[in-house]
Amino acid sequence: MSHLLLTRAGSRRLYGAVMVGLGGFLLLFLVLPFVALVLDGGPEAIWRGLGCSLTWPALRLSLGTTMISVVLVIVGGTPLAWWLARSRWRSARWLEILLQLPVVIPPAVGGIALLLAFGRRGLFGGALERLGWTPAFSVVAVIMAQVFVSAPFYLQAAVQAFGRLDPNLLAVARSLGASPPRLFFRVALPLARPWLIGGAAMSWARALGEFGATLMFAGNMTGKTQTLPLAIYTALELDIHTAQALSLLLVVFAFALLLFLRRFNRGVELTRQPATP
Amino acid sequence: MTDNSTPRFSIMVQTALGPFSLQASLEVGAEPLALVGPNGSGKTSLLLSVLGLLPPQHGRIVLSDEVLFDAALAIDRPTEERHLAYLPQDFGLFPHLSAIDNVAFALACRSERVSTNQRRDQAMTWLERFGIAKLAERKPLHLSGGERQRVALARALASSPKALLLDEPTASLDVEARVEVRAFLAESIRSLGLPTILVTHDVVDVEVLASRIAVLERGQLVACGSLGDIRQNPPTSFASKMFDSSRVSGAIANSPRNEDVRHN
Repeated sequence: MSHLLLTRAGSRRLYGAVMVGLGGFLLLFLVLPFVALVLDGGPEAIWRGLGCSLTWPALRLSLGTTMISVVLVIVGGTPLAWWLARSRWRSARWLEILLQLPVVIPPAVGGIALLLAFGRRGLFGGALERLGWTPAFSVVAVIMAQVFVSAPFYLQAAVQAFGRLDPNLLAVARSLGASPPRLFFRVALPLARPWLIGGAAMSWARALGEFGATLMFAGNMTGKTQTLPLAIYTALELDIHTAQALSLLLVVFAFALLLFLRRFNRGVELTRQPATP
Repeated sequence: MTDNSTPRFSIMVQTALGPFSLQASLEVGAEPLALVGPNGSGKTSLLLSVLGLLPPQHGRIVLSDEVLFDAALAIDRPTEERHLAYLPQDFGLFPHLSAIDNVAFALACRSERVSTNQRRDQAMTWLERFGIAKLAERKPLHLSGGERQRVALARALASSPKALLLDEPTASLDVEARVEVRAFLAESIRSLGLPTILVTHDVVDVEVLASRIAVLERGQLVACGSLGDIRQNPPTSFASKMFDSSRVSGAIANSPRNEDVRHN
């Protein structure tokens, strides 16, 4: 009996050691790069890096273009998601999958696709040029690349949010006489809002980190199309501490975003209606 | 509540429902009708068809003189134009709106040009009529089951409906609230005189709230009559179990205040 207990205790200890060991290994691997990013070279080197001529144009461009992208994604994505979530059309499910494609394809592929579509010699580039507009390698191209890669994050969240709405609430609203716009603006939108904001935040984060598609479709021109991630790439060739400083800027934004989402989600939990009265 | 003194709801629907087809023909007047049947017998589908959320393949739905649906004439009025008050099981209050704003929502749907303040005044009048004026600024989350149902009913009536559709109105409540809600509903339904269809699994609901019973089984309407008729001649084994008189008296004995309700 005591022998059995000992074995049980022993195996429990072994189990604990294996679980902590494996988990701890990954934890260290994930945390150490951030430690290095913050500590390496000391504050003085980072401060000097921030003073580099690449920094402020890239930061301004990144913030400006991502703000515009996220607004475009919300303005177009919200009606599209509402339609996708409510459509009984079978093709809508396929369309949903297709629209998730930019999440899983390498961003560089997205950049090539954008170039082939809207580039000067692209499929629709000629038509656009005749209208006097060549988006490739301009600020507009930066925004287009960001919208292309980040929209699926918002769309997915919004389709899920609208799909999760209680169908009874929508039925009741309609039975009370709510027109389609009233149903959308007064019922669906306010109820889905917390998840829409979460989706918009993730979409913004993705746009801020966008690198591959931007490089292919917009280029890497300082002050014109060079966003923060592209500036990091360029800075790496000049001085690692400049790249480090720029990276830290992005980390600060990302961290602020995560804090915002956590606080925000906690607020949502408090206002959500319980399933049963 | 309605212009017509003898409102009449005539429903004839036929539609494929996966394993079987729903086929029902009903006439509902001022006497409330209880729709009963086992789970999956097509009760909710019938309700959704009437609401206009599940268009039938064949049939005709007429409310008083207004054709809501006619497959042959390709008439299918959208839900928002059918003027049907629908109360789902959990009452369907908008969780982001206070009690008064829930009622004002219904008023806004029916009269676009009234100012917000006027609408809130009207909504307050409805809440006063239902004895819940003091709860006006509360969100549904902070209302009891019985209070929620009063707000939902006030909201439904504020939309000036021509018929009432109730889906298991007492199922989500605890025993105490169930008795209160049932009494209040019975009184409201009687005073309104609107054609009322009530889907329920609860035999006490049927006794207290309805005058006639329609029994659905695998999409077919197998019987329609008074409680006495159905109890004497149960058309299906489900009906005989549900309306077994020994079980009924047991159910009533378990909720003593019900006796008062029925004799009021």
